[in-house]
Amino acid sequence: MNRQPALAHRPLLQRGGEWLRANLFSSVANGVTTLLLLGLLVWLGDRLLTWAVLNAVWGNASVATCNALLGQGACWAVVADKWRQMLFGIYPQAEQWRPAAAVLIFCGMLVLTAMRRFWHLRRLLVLWLGGSLLCAWLMAGGGGLTPVPTALWGGLPITLMLAVFGTLLAFPLGVLLALGRRSSLPIIRAVSISYIELVRGVPLITVLFMASIMFALFLPEGISFDKLLRAQVAIILFNAAYIAEVVRAGLQALPRGQHEAAAALGLGYWQTQLLVILPQALRITIPAQVNSFIDNFKDTSLVIIVSIFDFLYAVRQAVISDLDWRHYFVEGYLFAMAVYWLFCYAMSHYSQWLEKHLARDHRT
Amino acid sequence: MHPSAPLTPPAGDEIIRIDGLSKWFGDFQVLRDISLSVRRGERIVICGPSGSGKSTLIRCLNRLETHQAGNIVIDGIRLDDSLKNIEAVRNDIGMVFQHFNLFPHLSVLDNCTLAPIWVRKQPRAAAEATARQLLQRVRISDQAHKYPGQLSGGQQQRVAIARALCMAPRIMLFDEPTSALDPEMVKEVLETMVGLARDGMTMLCVTHEMGFARAVADRVIFMDAGEIVEQAPPEIFFSQARSERTRQFLDQILDR
Ligand SMILES: Nc1ncnc2c1ncn2[C@@H]1O[C@H](COP(=O)(O)OP(=O)(O)O)[C@@H](O)[C@H]1O
Ligand SMILES: [Mg+2]
Repeated sequence: MNRQPALAHRPLLQRGGEWLRANLFSSVANGVTTLLLLGLLVWLGDRLLTWAVLNAVWGNASVATCNALLGQGACWAVVADKWRQMLFGIYPQAEQWRPAAAVLIFCGMLVLTAMRRFWHLRRLLVLWLGGSLLCAWLMAGGGGLTPVPTALWGGLPITLMLAVFGTLLAFPLGVLLALGRRSSLPIIRAVSISYIELVRGVPLITVLFMASIMFALFLPEGISFDKLLRAQVAIILFNAAYIAEVVRAGLQALPRGQHEAAAALGLGYWQTQLLVILPQALRITIPAQVNSFIDNFKDTSLVIIVSIFDFLYAVRQAVISDLDWRHYFVEGYLFAMAVYWLFCYAMSHYSQWLEKHLARDHRT
Repeated sequence: MHPSAPLTPPAGDEIIRIDGLSKWFGDFQVLRDISLSVRRGERIVICGPSGSGKSTLIRCLNRLETHQAGNIVIDGIRLDDSLKNIEAVRNDIGMVFQHFNLFPHLSVLDNCTLAPIWVRKQPRAAAEATARQLLQRVRISDQAHKYPGQLSGGQQQRVAIARALCMAPRIMLFDEPTSALDPEMVKEVLETMVGLARDGMTMLCVTHEMGFARAVADRVIFMDAGEIVEQAPPEIFFSQARSERTRQFLDQILDR
């Protein structure tokens, strides 16, 4: 047995003291900064805790209770009162179990997709086709359920739908663009590069505007697309350009020898890409893809600009539109923030886990 | 394998014909007017200093490189821009690379069955049976379900040989198959290649393993600066090389 290093024998307090001195109080300036920051943190923390927890109004309290404490404590009662409208917008009250079920199913699909044992093309296809159809039926109705037009959809289901399909369906397009950018055919290469650079050069808002207004100009008279669908298509087209660049990085990371070995075995272009190159290239880029999904998820809040009522808008509307509660939009936004944060935090953690997991994997 | 059995002399018809082959990378001429004829079953070792164009020459044979002048005819098929011809030629030729180039995301078995299933359209069961047989032949059948990253260099290179053989090629190209290997693994790969040579495979090997050349080559070719400087059966090549450049090269690598 080896002897423990001397450090381990010294009392905890002494070691803590040494650490403090070395890291936080190594000089007068350092010490002063530490104390100032500490004071600021304590002061802020105290204010926040008092406002958000100690003085806050919880549960199904009335507006009057909140008004009495206006400015001193948070009014979480607004969330308790309005949460359905915040989550599901103006979707008919009596039918709101349907978007709730759709959101749960959707999250279930995301969780299953995150698990490696589901990483088989057929399983994923079945899961996503089946799950999406089920959710669409729940949301839109028909076949025994009261039909609900998309103009009444809103809230979290919209945000999830725009973000998830905006990434999922952008994926094949992004892969094609990435392959096109590396193609040996000049025309395909030029088209891919132009598309990617054009889209990456404009903000999402412009693309959404184009989709909602200019699209109609190009379509023949009388033909109209559902507004939600138009925004979804715009998001897909937009994300594809970014995904293309992520995929390209993955493609570039593969050694030439992989292409050569496939060619020498007689595999054609598409066989080489689908069987040899993409499985490796995409695996490398999974963490980056999850990160860009987090971005997409947050970017969907921009659809407000074309009057689509996503989660953030639904939260705002739920508070603002009620004369009684309208002072409490800060609490509403904090609730929205918490929900966004929950999703993004989970995904970010997943991406980190994945990165480690894949790095450990002998197959890569 | 019977190491002592005499090699059957190649008596076959011409399987590779190269006429006036030239190739440039930009302004730089890598191959200069190369002509070469290879008979079916012939075993050729190509050597020469680094950068002399050995790899480029054999890579032209399966169109991993395009040439700019001259003709290459493989088993009656002329290599030109016709995709059909390229496909047909690649079906005839197996290649083994210096760095193995196995597909790291596929198991050893899947590496071997990928092309037979997708290019030859063989049923999976048949492809796997062939693959297992060939993995046995390179003495690595117990590793069939491992991934390339779990194998030693020598094992990987033997898998690469088996993978190429699974397509039942008529010609095998080797590009310095042992030069990325630790010394103790060179032997197992060379033995596999000797076995292949004794079975009558047409082989073109770029290698500096002169022991291998002595044991199996019908002809040794020395290349320098994009040209074939000298070619002769090994017993003549090693003792009576005509050109000064060849002798210098041999002095270097044989350390005598
Ligand atoms: N893709 C390429 N582009 C430009 N020059 C190349 C390329 N491949 C090889 N070369 C050059 O061609 C020459 C011959 O290369 P190669 O055939 O690999 O030689 P060898 O295999 O005999 O070492 C070298 O000078 C090398 O630098
Ligand atoms: Mg070489």
